[in-house]
Amino acid sequence: MGIWQSYRMRVRRKRLGLRALRKRRELRPVADRTADLSRRDILLFCTQRNEGARLPHFLDYYRALGVNHFFFVDNDSDDGSLQILARQKDVSVWTTRASYKRSRYGVDWMNWLLRRYGHGHWCLTVDPDELFVYPFCDTRPLRALTDWLEASNVKSFGAMLLDMYPKGRIDAQPYQPGDDPLRIACWFDAGNYAITRNPQLWNLWIQGGPRARVFFRDTPEKAPALNKIPLVKWDRRYVYVSSTHNLLPRGLNLTYDEWGGEKTSGMLLHTKFLSTFPQKAEEELARRQHYGASREYIAYADGIRDNPDLWCRFSEKYINWRQLEILGLMSKGNWA
Amino acid sequence: MSGRQGGGPVGIVMLVHTALHRAEQVARHWARAGCPVVIHVDRIVPRARFDAFRHSLADLDHVTFSQRHRCEWGSWGLVAASQDASDMMLDRFPDVRHVYLASGSCLPLRPVRELQDYLNRHPRTDFIESATTQDVPWTVDGLNHERFTLFFPFSWRRQRRLFDAFVEVQRSLRVRRRMPSGLVPHLGSQWWCLTRQTLSAILQDPNRARHDRFFRQVWIPDEAYFQTLARKYSTQIESRSLTLSKFDYQGKPHVFYDDHMQLLRRSDCFVARKIWPHADRLYDFFLSDDGRAVSRQEPAPGKIDRLFARAVERRTRGRPGLFSQSRWPRAGRTTDASAAKYAVFQGFAELFEDFEGWLSRATGAQVHGHLYAPDRAEFAGRQAVIAGALFDSAALRDANPRAFLTNLLWNTRGERQCFQYGPRDTATACAIIAADPNAQVSVISGAWAVPLFQSNANFADIRAEAARLQGVEARMLKTWRDGRTRARVRIWTMAEFIEAPTEALQLVLEDAGPAKAPRLSEAPRLRDLAGFGQFLQNLKNQGMHPYLMGDFPADPMVPAPKDPERKPYLVRK
Repeated sequence: MGIWQSYRMRVRRKRLGLRALRKRRELRPVADRTADLSRRDILLFCTQRNEGARLPHFLDYYRALGVNHFFFVDNDSDDGSLQILARQKDVSVWTTRASYKRSRYGVDWMNWLLRRYGHGHWCLTVDPDELFVYPFCDTRPLRALTDWLEASNVKSFGAMLLDMYPKGRIDAQPYQPGDDPLRIACWFDAGNYAITRNPQLWNLWIQGGPRARVFFRDTPEKAPALNKIPLVKWDRRYVYVSSTHNLLPRGLNLTYDEWGGEKTSGMLLHTKFLSTFPQKAEEELARRQHYGASREYIAYADGIRDNPDLWCRFSEKYINWRQLEILGLMSKGNWA
Repeated sequence: MSGRQGGGPVGIVMLVHTALHRAEQVARHWARAGCPVVIHVDRIVPRARFDAFRHSLADLDHVTFSQRHRCEWGSWGLVAASQDASDMMLDRFPDVRHVYLASGSCLPLRPVRELQDYLNRHPRTDFIESATTQDVPWTVDGLNHERFTLFFPFSWRRQRRLFDAFVEVQRSLRVRRRMPSGLVPHLGSQWWCLTRQTLSAILQDPNRARHDRFFRQVWIPDEAYFQTLARKYSTQIESRSLTLSKFDYQGKPHVFYDDHMQLLRRSDCFVARKIWPHADRLYDFFLSDDGRAVSRQEPAPGKIDRLFARAVERRTRGRPGLFSQSRWPRAGRTTDASAAKYAVFQGFAELFEDFEGWLSRATGAQVHGHLYAPDRAEFAGRQAVIAGALFDSAALRDANPRAFLTNLLWNTRGERQCFQYGPRDTATACAIIAADPNAQVSVISGAWAVPLFQSNANFADIRAEAARLQGVEARMLKTWRDGRTRARVRIWTMAEFIEAPTEALQLVLEDAGPAKAPRLSEAPRLRDLAGFGQFLQNLKNQGMHPYLMGDFPADPMVPAPKDPERKPYLVRK
């Protein structure tokens, strides 16, 4: 049984790898600066569409953490974001008009770029609205974390998605390019996350937070997954399976301890709920390119019209990573 | 050159394999203070980089380079490198009285003069951590004394399977190597500071070839060779390392970063290991000659010890009751308990009027209604949201009833929680509560009949509902009484309970947390049960047999007078 399972996983991994290989034809390079890469660089991979407003802060944030090179796939933007990206000295960008949905929500494109350029590097795969936070991120650069993980023989690092939201109507405080989104969306849910284990791929499956509380209160099983493994010492044999929720080989998904201890983990602060969101939700609903028949966006569009305030009396205001660690959302593990 | 006044200067042997630019900085720092430095560079470093490194230190005449060995972790190479470099040090620099073994990622924390003064005050002392194998807790891979008695031809890092298999084979064959005569195995930190006398005695021992041959086969000889031999020759061993170096539970050294600056400054240790090569602020600060006041403090690494001990504790034991992306203990182990003790009441709210209000007045606890009620979670005060933004939706709760409970208890740490439970509620929660050693469950069986008795429903419906609830509660009682139940459970039948309610309530109050008054001052009011016996008789007459509440006579029932002498019957877990 165990051997049969392992074999099936292997076949699945190979298939996803081939799929990524095939989908590479959909990508057209716009700015290829990969010749500048050096062996120890930390790389970031991202798919984006019309996120021009967020990109300036996004790039600054990750440059400050110590990302050396950015890889973007631009999915048919028409807001000038492709031009913004092509101008950056540390960005390589590809563009495509192909279907986001049929590339399995960008995962095939990411898998290809990771396979082609990520081998042997620490690779961070995030969305433009996700800000990576890890223990000591205010005093230690990303390189300190990856050096430590490497010395500990750890190849993958978990970071749960934490939905951030403003107090009051989502569209009440307009977001301007370059702004820190956390100055507007600075509230989160501290302790309503439900965890189960995926018996096939071994990753934890985490649901909860404001999206479950407000948009999926009657159908919690459909609430989006919040578990993510964004930071991986990449090898060309690896593939992401479903978004960055899980990988193959599945040993990479064991980013948690099952014997009572705590493994070191981080957080992805998800700043989706800004003033730009209602319009984005309508647009994505029209395109129908998102996961699960875009049911998430259907729920948002309904929910947003009725009651646009995600804030509640027990919402927690974000201060820093130490606060998240004390609340138990993430952990320092044995990194001190 | 302060070292020349009281005695010979301290000589530094540096073992270097990465971050050569940092090693150069540190070597320069030692040399500038007048210390001779012998550097060993791992043979894995390419020739070109070695030459560049050597060239960068060429301007210092008392910095020299010893013969290069390959220093794989846990192998003989590290000892061979230390031997050659020490030989060179003793030979080339006859003034040297103490030799300090350091690595390329060591950083001196105090001015070299202070170290020099300290050693001058202890001219004949060897600072080397050295303990017998029985007395040390640091074993890697379950090997302790066997490090000396077995053979280790395979690499632990690269050939783990072969390594383990070969150990097993030798164990089953009872292989035991003999220690060279006169030696008692000792272990300790590989970073030492030895006097010329002791070190030269070890290196010029007529039996050295025999010793080397033996230790070549010992596992991790760099933690054993000098530690064992120093015991043979030293006249005065101070069994501790002057280098602050801490290991985590995997035997990997903890690393220091810029944010450890204050901790390192206050530790008063002479040298710390291991420093992250990009910790610019640490290197800038500790390698600058800023004329800090000379102190004669003894090293006091206590605070750093505690910091790292806490980290290991967090990694191996974690925070009890936390279920998160980092900690997800498997069910059925002692580690999967919830965060705090809590009390669960089954049948009390049905039997007493305003039981919740009474309980929260009598104790300091937060008292909820039926958290697992069919329509919503009845939080205290019937709030829709509670600490941690936990929401009262029944669907959210029932999607993962265990997470709901553990979240509630984690979010409200420090405040005792109580809630009501019963056969009308989500039935799967019963097994979850029963498996939790923090649960204290009090059950009045059969009390679910009271709301039916008081309801205004058709009797046929009442009969059907009574049959259903009795069936559910019977299964729950089976779970509560199961041998594998880890919760503490007390069970009364309703008839038993109302015979002596005060006694029972007193017991129950102790579960619910610190009482406000030592004795019960205000008793909760029993609901009016006049005619309840007849109600049960009517159910019986309809062919449904209510038995969980115990025996009630059919005639109008009077609550029994309270009798303080009688003990209630209870089932203890």
